[in-house]
Amino acid sequence: ATNKLQSRIFKEGLPYILRCRRSFATDVPKITTHYTIHPRDKDSRWKDVNMERFGDDVDVVIVGGGPSGLSAAIKLKQLANAQEKELRVCVLEKASELGGHTLSGACLEPRALNELFPNWKDMGAPVKQEVTSEQFYFLTKSLRIPVPLLPGMPIKNHGNYIIRTGNFVRWLGEQAESLGVELYPGYAASEVLYHKDGSVKGVATNDVGIAKDGSPKETFQRGMEFSAKVTMFAEGCHGHLSKTLFQKFDLRKNCQTQTYGIGLKELWEVDPALHVPGRVEHTVGWPLSKDVYGGSFIYHLAEDAPLVSVGFVVGLDYRNPYLNPFQELQVFKTHPAIVKLFKNGKRIAYGARALNEGGFQSIPKLTFPGGCLIGCSPGFLNVPKVKGIHNAMKSGMVAAEAVFETLTDEDKVSKSETAGLDPVSYEEKIRDSWVWSELKSVRNVRPSFHNPIGMYGGLAYTGVVYYLLRGREPITLSHGAPDYARLKPATECKPIKYPKPDGVVTFDLLSSVALTGTNHDHDEPPHLTLRDDSVPMARNFAVFDGPEQRFCPAGVYEYVETEDGRGHRFQINAQNCIHCKTCDIKDPSQNINWVCPQGGGGPAYNGM
Amino acid sequence: MSGLRILVGCKRVIDYAVKIRVKPDKTGVVTDGVKHSMNPFDEIAVEEAVRMKEKKIVSEIVAVSCGPTQCQEVLRTALAMGADRAIHVEVDAATYENLQPLHVAKIIAKIAQEEKVDIVVTGKQAIDDDANQTGQMVAALLNWPQATFASKIEKTDGELKVEREIDGGLETIKVKLPAVFTSDLRLNEPRYATLPNIMKAKKKPLVKKTPTDFGVDVTARQTILKVEEPAVRQAGSKLASAEELVTKLREAGLIPS
Repeated sequence: ATNKLQSRIFKEGLPYILRCRRSFATDVPKITTHYTIHPRDKDSRWKDVNMERFGDDVDVVIVGGGPSGLSAAIKLKQLANAQEKELRVCVLEKASELGGHTLSGACLEPRALNELFPNWKDMGAPVKQEVTSEQFYFLTKSLRIPVPLLPGMPIKNHGNYIIRTGNFVRWLGEQAESLGVELYPGYAASEVLYHKDGSVKGVATNDVGIAKDGSPKETFQRGMEFSAKVTMFAEGCHGHLSKTLFQKFDLRKNCQTQTYGIGLKELWEVDPALHVPGRVEHTVGWPLSKDVYGGSFIYHLAEDAPLVSVGFVVGLDYRNPYLNPFQELQVFKTHPAIVKLFKNGKRIAYGARALNEGGFQSIPKLTFPGGCLIGCSPGFLNVPKVKGIHNAMKSGMVAAEAVFETLTDEDKVSKSETAGLDPVSYEEKIRDSWVWSELKSVRNVRPSFHNPIGMYGGLAYTGVVYYLLRGREPITLSHGAPDYARLKPATECKPIKYPKPDGVVTFDLLSSVALTGTNHDHDEPPHLTLRDDSVPMARNFAVFDGPEQRFCPAGVYEYVETEDGRGHRFQINAQNCIHCKTCDIKDPSQNINWVCPQGGGGPAYNGM
Repeated sequence: MSGLRILVGCKRVIDYAVKIRVKPDKTGVVTDGVKHSMNPFDEIAVEEAVRMKEKKIVSEIVAVSCGPTQCQEVLRTALAMGADRAIHVEVDAATYENLQPLHVAKIIAKIAQEEKVDIVVTGKQAIDDDANQTGQMVAALLNWPQATFASKIEKTDGELKVEREIDGGLETIKVKLPAVFTSDLRLNEPRYATLPNIMKAKKKPLVKKTPTDFGVDVTARQTILKVEEPAVRQAGSKLASAEELVTKLREAGLIPS
């Protein structure tokens, strides 16, 4: 044990100390100017600024206009309209249009949709492409080996639909509006509001008109406060407000750490001769080594053009800081059995988002005084199925039932210990639902990959134990250390050399980022805040050779040479950010805190 | 002289940060599901109108937009920024593809007359077609003076003193009211449409009309033959010396050998 510690001190500590000396010698330039790190009440530039906020009272405010948030809103209104009760439901969404920040494969299991709108087929839902055939492959550098899908394997897709999730979200928004939900896209919830008794009072939207250096501009305006009896947080994977709630209410006390993956996706128009509408393909293996969890998906869907959705997921528990998930997607496309699909095609979209992999073991406490968590914010993604939308929607619907009960039960309301109401019955309802049993049965698949033979062990576990026992095994495997603690120092790892893009099948990062349509106000404080501006150089660069440069799918982070050529400095290109949240998850120093930029900024995905 | 009325033209265009894609059938660009926003120069025009109202030069602001139903989003933004009323002149999507500045100018001119406005303002050009024609055509149709590419506007008695951005620098002119002006980039920095104002804007009047209500014929006067992406720029090559450059130019037959 002492040997290991000594080795760590030498490998991590020494470079850290050496860098510290250098970074104290050359002043660390101020990078972070955001008021969450430099509070405005102590900032003289804000002395005379009126910080009053306009407020509105609603019954329920929902943070996030994605599948779970909109399903919850719709369900609330369906219940209220059926009982002829007035209910003011507001949905806040940081993207300028619904679906603008939505990105997913996706193969939708229509289970939740069938419950929400039994006649969705007649309602013009953009859920049309049935899965017609599927295959699972194991890839080596030159071979693509089909793996038989036995009945009952989680990855089977019979009865599911290939959808463009952004378009599906837009359609859900239209249904919500026609039911009387108030939708406010372009406005980000940036602060949780609390009653004096510590319960959640609601949220406040972002301020506008703050300059890059943190000072107020002429156009400065305060955000707006939404006070609600119950606030539902539907921010998706690793939401920034949900992150504060986990701490505030200790919601993760009795669950394991959440683990994540990053999913990168491209949309392609392909040669009609190679297009097989309804085809679903998944692969594992090459180009990832056995120690890295991940794989690809290729979905063919027929729209106005022959479209293919191709994507790659990499588990964020990877250990080599030289791994570059974006490059892995590019390399994957060059596999001899796959490249021909893209050779004559045209790439029309690109994007990326972090996703939950913790599953059952990582589900936190879901309710607290004044609100609850739904969708991927707590995390209901079924990892071996590679599906989360149906569970996210169902969690929203089930939570809506609990919230509606709580709001309309005068007894509960008057007896509530706090001003913000706690929809406690949500926990019981979700445990009684198919979401719970589904997640429980696959709980050991993902953690089974943490074994000496990595992927092979995981596949063996799934193929044998899961196949036979369907989750009835008495043990529950643990995830182990959190993702951010998994990186090995750069000196212990081999740099990975990725090929240069050819501009036909593979592309460079910056032209990919341009395709996302992402943009932020050039004159606002960077929303990628650092708790300590000196840590990137002192630790991330010194020990791990700056892994942010490689795991960010948008080129936000760079270590650029200083003008005198003697060293490097950390640079944040905040305008490129596509709101994937990977940096907040994977930063080995947990120094990066992603906060919400001004509403309306971020990617402009179109049916991703 | 209080009580001036101002008409602001706003166009809904593809957001400037979005990468434009040509439709596979080459008849136009992809607009379905693509992020749109108000033309940035029109935002500046709306902002200037609102500032004039705050200075009590203007008493009422009417915003107008021509196009399909989604144009109402742009009008709501204008209302949230401070416009009092909005007029949506509905044009179906198919006709909209061939709607030209002259059509829009005729509509705006008619509205200006009906609403008895004193000032018409638009952005200097739209970022999708870069036509830079509508404001000027409105002035000609109404036989009003025009001050285009305005970067500063002051009111002096019955006139506007306008500083214009021109090729040679800045030009200051005086125009008698009623007049048309078009806004340039440096005129102002538009305010944000905050959420409380968006909510209030839902209660402000938004009227739907058609081009026929104004007696304007919007039949297409042109056919789009083809829309193509610009040719991919060929990579250049770095040369080591002037001699090498001369050799390469000779090889390409660009200078006599």
